[in-house]
Amino acid sequence: MEILNLEGTEDTPKIILDKKNGIFEISGRSLPEDSAEFYRPVLEWIEKYSADANPSTEFVFKLEYFNTASSKLILDVLSALEDIKSMKILWYFHEDDEDMEEAGQEFSELVEIPFEFKTY
Amino acid sequence: MNFIYDLHRTMMSQKLILVFQGDFTQESTKSILSMAERNLDSSGEESSIKRKVFNVMVEALQNIVKHSDELVDGQIRSHAAIFLIGKESNRYCIMTGNPIRKENVSKLKDALDRINSLDKDGLKDLYKEIIKNTTISDKGGAGLGFVDMARKSGEKLEFEFPEMNTEYCFFCLKVNVPRDNE
Repeated sequence: MEILNLEGTEDTPKIILDKKNGIFEISGRSLPEDSAEFYRPVLEWIEKYSADANPSTEFVFKLEYFNTASSKLILDVLSALEDIKSMKILWYFHEDDEDMEEAGQEFSELVEIPFEFKTY
Repeated sequence: MNFIYDLHRTMMSQKLILVFQGDFTQESTKSILSMAERNLDSSGEESSIKRKVFNVMVEALQNIVKHSDELVDGQIRSHAAIFLIGKESNRYCIMTGNPIRKENVSKLKDALDRINSLDKDGLKDLYKEIIKNTTISDKGGAGLGFVDMARKSGEKLEFEFPEMNTEYCFFCLKVNVPRDNE
């Protein structure tokens, strides 16, 4: 399966989705002008992956900041991950960033996937 | 040219550290954010406060980019709006002003009044309710911006709608981010 690799910019996150090496990560800042357009390839990739997923998947979110339009798309990404077997979310937040920790907790209440919280 | 001095004095007395007026786009948003960030960094502001200020700035700026109503009288370009940041001893104030068609005022006012009527938990519930049920609008918004600003601010949103002309009001918004809450 093709690797999805997007370099991060000042308003879009770095994204690596690599089935073969088991790397699934969204990190950095997310405030794109058009969040739906930006996350479309991510959602499409996950849809293909879910048809033939690895035995287990750890999906990393290591976001420094995201805007509200991105938060809706992050929920869409999480919802797309929901039906994949042995899925786990690793939600990273900066150790003094309570808002990012709380955002992760709220997402974990909105989808049926186990979340593990980690600081960096 | 006294207006230059007057403007300078106004900025000093209102403790404004950044004012931008003009055409708001994603590109100008990025420039404003990076200027404001440099200012916060060089002042050595606490990172949790910096993040909240940044957060409110993004939502406020993207609201203008997406929602500022166009003025068609030829004098004011589309998206002609103003963005200001004030820094007082105990808080940052993120302020915006943009034209809004009169028929859109009551709906916006109702939404802001509803947000201001809620406490911390009420805002969290509203956020979750909206994010679950919303779809991204044609303009690219999720309908969460004001709720998020209120949550990050921890204070009531301040707003006014002074009249511009028969068709438009000027939507003025002020969001305060306390500096001494940690």
